[in-house]
Amino acid sequence: MNNRMIIGLEVHVELKTKSKMFCRCSTEYFGKEPNTHTCPICLGLPGALPYPNRQAIEWCILIGLALNCEILNHSKFDRKNYFYPDLPKGYQISQYDLPFCINGKINVDFNDKQKSIRIRRVHMEEDTGKLIHQTINGKGVSLIDFNRSGVPLVEIVTEPDFENAFEVKQYLQKLQQIVRYLGVSDADMEKGQMRLEPNISISLNLKSNDLPKYKVEVKNINSFSFVEKAINYELKRQLEILEKGQTPLQETRGWDENKQATVSQRIKEEANDYRYFPEPDIPPIELTDAEIKSIKNTLPELPDQKTDRFQKEYLLTAYDAQILTRERALTDYFEEACELGKNENITPKQIANLIINKKINPDEVLPAELIKQIILTHKNNDIGEEELRQVIQKILKTYPNIAVEYASGKENILQFAIGQVMYIIKKKIDINLVRKLILEELK
Amino acid sequence: MKNLTLKSAKEKLIKKEISAKELTKFYLERIKKLDKEINSFNIVCEKEALEQAEKADKLLSEKQDLPLLGIPIAIKDLFSTKGVQTTASSNVLKGYIPPYDATVIQKLKDAGAIILGKTNCDAWAHGSSGENSDFGPTKNPWDQTRTPGGSSSGSASAVTADFALASTGTDTGGSIRLPASFTNTVGLKPTYGRVSRYGVIAMASSLDSIGHFTKTVEDSALFLNITAGKDQMDATTPDVPVPDYTKSLNQDIKGLRIGVPKEFFIDGLDLKIRQAIKNALKFYEEEGAEIIEVSLPNTEHAIATYYIIQPAEVSSNLARYDGIRYGNSRESFGAEAKRRIMLGTFTLSVGYYDAYYKKAMRIRTLIKQDYEKVFEKVDAIVAPVSPSMPWKLGEKINDPLTMYLSDIFTVTGNLAGIPGLSVPAGFSEGLPIGMQISGPQFSEELLFRLGHKFEINHDFYTKQPEL
Repeated sequence: MNNRMIIGLEVHVELKTKSKMFCRCSTEYFGKEPNTHTCPICLGLPGALPYPNRQAIEWCILIGLALNCEILNHSKFDRKNYFYPDLPKGYQISQYDLPFCINGKINVDFNDKQKSIRIRRVHMEEDTGKLIHQTINGKGVSLIDFNRSGVPLVEIVTEPDFENAFEVKQYLQKLQQIVRYLGVSDADMEKGQMRLEPNISISLNLKSNDLPKYKVEVKNINSFSFVEKAINYELKRQLEILEKGQTPLQETRGWDENKQATVSQRIKEEANDYRYFPEPDIPPIELTDAEIKSIKNTLPELPDQKTDRFQKEYLLTAYDAQILTRERALTDYFEEACELGKNENITPKQIANLIINKKINPDEVLPAELIKQIILTHKNNDIGEEELRQVIQKILKTYPNIAVEYASGKENILQFAIGQVMYIIKKKIDINLVRKLILEELK
Repeated sequence: MKNLTLKSAKEKLIKKEISAKELTKFYLERIKKLDKEINSFNIVCEKEALEQAEKADKLLSEKQDLPLLGIPIAIKDLFSTKGVQTTASSNVLKGYIPPYDATVIQKLKDAGAIILGKTNCDAWAHGSSGENSDFGPTKNPWDQTRTPGGSSSGSASAVTADFALASTGTDTGGSIRLPASFTNTVGLKPTYGRVSRYGVIAMASSLDSIGHFTKTVEDSALFLNITAGKDQMDATTPDVPVPDYTKSLNQDIKGLRIGVPKEFFIDGLDLKIRQAIKNALKFYEEEGAEIIEVSLPNTEHAIATYYIIQPAEVSSNLARYDGIRYGNSRESFGAEAKRRIMLGTFTLSVGYYDAYYKKAMRIRTLIKQDYEKVFEKVDAIVAPVSPSMPWKLGEKINDPLTMYLSDIFTVTGNLAGIPGLSVPAGFSEGLPIGMQISGPQFSEELLFRLGHKFEINHDFYTKQPEL
């Protein structure tokens, strides 16, 4: 390879607080009648003022802590001024030079090696309304739904530490897993609760660590597979330009799933000057070390810690531990089952096997039922072995041709024998065990 | 019913000497008869006011005790009033009817006040003369060829013309104190954050202070009792307890130290105003206060600092009037608003931010520190409000810079976030003169005490313009 891809990521995560960032409207806008979750504040009516949501700020800081960030004792909100019809105040309340969290890092697995991805900042802002383009009475119109306006949004910005689409995808999955663990967002991509913006450039100079003089931003991607496709498309597109000796334009592009291509949205020359300045309607936020510590105390055990502990405490393989810790609900389920299993002499490994192999849905089977299942299987096996042997002997007597055909190499006849056993037993049994016993009898 | 104060009207209502309906009708009729010339109201809510008055009379007959029950007041057209057009005196918001009440309006309604209508002002509160209103200038009832001062021009004229017992105002650089001094009314610009800004159309958010006009200092204290306090809708209102501001009015002022900032007695200060302030200081000295010369060295930078910070915030605050909502296009903005939008957009732009906005914020801190130092030595400051007497309408409107300079003694108070009270201090050739009493943050009680002492010994407030 004679080129190096350089990718940084901006991820927006919508928080699932009860009320919006600066007003008391409900954040549950998905699928709701347009403009029913609005008030003077999130509509930006004359005279309305923002009042910051403490829970949202604490959750933003919690994300920062989970990503090993420094939390600033003194931070503030700023106004990001730009015009867009879905932005009712003409500015977005965001954070500019003093975000809540800076300088974090997170370890991500890429196949068998681990890499540390640096987090530049985690800051708090508000979501915009939504434009709906429709034809009404034959006329094309744009409608605005402000239900989403003011929903708390956390932006997580990495350093340009990724080299390919795979790394980006692994990081995104981990990030999604973490915010779900924290319980601060469902991070459902399809509902727009997590939105991705990679910055992509390519360097042909492998000796230098300098960043290329341009970067291409791909905006608002709402699936992991699109981000992968967009990056790979950009790799090809930018390389073609670079190999001609030219420099790709610094621009914002969007992923067009129909065209399977990124398309230009805005070139840098026309880009906004956001005229950031401190939000005068919200006093600066001062956080004492004690306050930060008390937020830190609410941090749950995170996926990495949990995976480690599961291996040590439950003697699971790394693979099993990773599967079980993908979602917090499943880990809780597993641990509850282990606790119940203790009294029945059931090992965590047995529980893990059942959950993983049978793809147990924690919402459908209670941990106690799971344990019962394991006990039952055991009982079937215990009583079954002698019983089974007798049944098999009886079947072999009734159907002497089983032995004959098996001897002549027709192994399919075993299926018939197993079928007969199951027909007689009429219970769930371990087929492998039945097969083993038949083979023993045939010898 | 002529020349009542808020306090005397309240007593008459309670004693049943007059009814709220009679009182409301009295003002509505005066407005109908006399305001065509003065132009202090954008909208008069006759029907609603009479309904409120009837309700008030009913409550009065049930011996309900609400602090402003049956008191007719006027509201600057910058305050959102549910169901009543709110325009900021700009064509941009013509026809806009808010679906909610500003916190202050809600409090006044809860206190039993009757809203007579919405008063004229410079559009978006941009101005010192009222002439930037898109609905025509307000005239000064003391001389109708002159300005009543701005931006709260209509609120000041309405109180002095006896169209209402009190009115609300906003003060970003002097918009309450200046018109109060031009109209022989008492104008209070409270400490920044003392009164909620929620629902009041923003001019420059870090400077906007919500206050009021009354005929007397005592009325001003009564009014602040209602409007002051922390608001869960305004994050810039601190949780500072609200005293009963009328309680300490009559306390002695002996031994109080009054500062006189030398930077305020400049060459451009009108001699008549200088004399009036001198007289007031002499009075305080005779009453046992100590007069001390102090220095606010950064005063000379105040106007420049103010005209960086204020337009920057204005440019952002007016961005929401983008022509998509509210029914009127951006072309409806007047010249002064456009000027401030352009100025503010420029100073916030990449490459200019550090040179202008950031530097201005640093000087703002120095101005604040000037005051902090001075208030270590003195309890309050007495100074002029305006460097000049009420000028002729049209005299300065084509010269924005001269107009900006009329705020020279008031903007420092907004930059420092401290309270200021404008109290009638005399007349010259039939035109009112005001004096400004300022103090540290949340020292409104002290300002009222000083103002009240002066007022009860001079009676300027009993003088009324001939209409």
